[in-house]
Amino acid sequence: MSSPFSINGGACVAMVGKDCVAIACDLRLGLQALTVSNNFPKIFQYGDNVFLGLTGLATDVNTVSDLFRWKVNMYRLREERQIAPRTFANLVSSSLYEKRFGPYFVSPVVAGLDPKTGRPFICGFDSIGCIDFAKDFIVSGTASEQLFGMCESLWEPDLDADALFETISQSLLNAVDRDALSGWGAHVYIIEKDKVTKRLLKGRQD
Amino acid sequence: MDTLVARYSRPAYQQENQFDDIEEYDYAADSVSGPSLKFAMPPVAHPSSWLRAATDDRSNPHCPIKIAHGTTTLAFRFQGGIIVATDSRATAGNWIASQTVKKVIEINSDLLGTMAGGAADCQYWLAWLGMQCRLHELRHKRRISVAAASKILANLVYQYKGMGLSMGTMCAGVTKEEGPALYYIDSDGTRLAGNLFCVGSGQTFAYGVLDAEYRYDLTVEEALELGSRSILAATHRDAYSGGFINLYHVKESGWEKHGFTDTNPVFWKTKLEKAEFSNVTSDFSEEV
Repeated sequence: MSSPFSINGGACVAMVGKDCVAIACDLRLGLQALTVSNNFPKIFQYGDNVFLGLTGLATDVNTVSDLFRWKVNMYRLREERQIAPRTFANLVSSSLYEKRFGPYFVSPVVAGLDPKTGRPFICGFDSIGCIDFAKDFIVSGTASEQLFGMCESLWEPDLDADALFETISQSLLNAVDRDALSGWGAHVYIIEKDKVTKRLLKGRQD
Repeated sequence: MDTLVARYSRPAYQQENQFDDIEEYDYAADSVSGPSLKFAMPPVAHPSSWLRAATDDRSNPHCPIKIAHGTTTLAFRFQGGIIVATDSRATAGNWIASQTVKKVIEINSDLLGTMAGGAADCQYWLAWLGMQCRLHELRHKRRISVAAASKILANLVYQYKGMGLSMGTMCAGVTKEEGPALYYIDSDGTRLAGNLFCVGSGQTFAYGVLDAEYRYDLTVEEALELGSRSILAATHRDAYSGGFINLYHVKESGWEKHGFTDTNPVFWKTKLEKAEFSNVTSDFSEEV
């Protein structure tokens, strides 16, 4: 029996640009070698510019994304305002640690823009909530090693929205082409001040 | 089994020539300038179980030695000869080690072998088989039959049974006496003659397409298309198959190569022109 993190497969990456951030994921859902679905997005939106990417065990991706939908809705009703990315990151962290001794098998990635300053914000987590703040990029999933390689070589500071889209798309597409359990198409979100662009990428289907 | 293993389990300094006594035919004597049958063994009490523990990534994903696996290969007999088709992906765990592996091994100008399981095992033993076939030709002044060639390989792997060889191979050839002949041989020692075989992690997907469309009286063009389409289906659904489609047609005059084609353009062409693979979207318009 293999690790719960690599039964279903999947990859996710977030990157910082100049006054913008990007987050992208693949679309595969498999059961070990068998590809069951090629339409399983792993990015979820929790505010005007707050995004969460979840890779790992698919059942936990569903559970955890729904759990945060509920928590963020409750936050919005109580506070009468939208949740900020940094607040959301801390919510993710403490929620995951609540399951310290029986964790969700997910590796989350948060990407967004700070609503007050407009500054890009990205971070990643392990499955029990340790936050990894990064100034450049965050990767997760079964293709994470390949993504590290692609991002380390393609990413540079202060990319504008178009260059950032190109960089994150090439990084993801080429990383998943070297991973048997990820790929089969991709979603890319480019998050700018009062504009979010979602694009579907045509990837290899093998 | 353990007694058999124990027979060949000696410290390293006693290992030389340990396989000489198990040859029913003296292949080793023929291999002066070719692949040899003398192997260095790990200096441990039970080499085969030690090697299995070190290389079996299915039972132990963290095993120290990762052997390339994962494949779809097929071959079928039809009116016009034999079609042989394979994918080209090699994986070590989830890592795609290569997308350009040649899994059809040209044993000689009229015999083909396919490669599934351990890449090194297949490459080495099919090259060795090519040598045995050539020696047979020189000794008997005529080409070896596919039945005989496949049996040399089957007997060889049977000698090593339980020692961790991993191969699932098909031998295809056309001879005067036999017509088109196709044999399946695996490292368990199985040797089967048949009309149609698929081997590897993607075999079920390939069988699905092949069984649905296969007839013995297929034209050459239809047969080539069916071979290629079956591999395409397998590369799509099987994570450990992919890369390129390697296509061969074996005829009495020898085999003929019909390309080493990237699956990606073939996939989108099949989807868009024939409206197949409707599970994959082709609508890439921007969303907000």
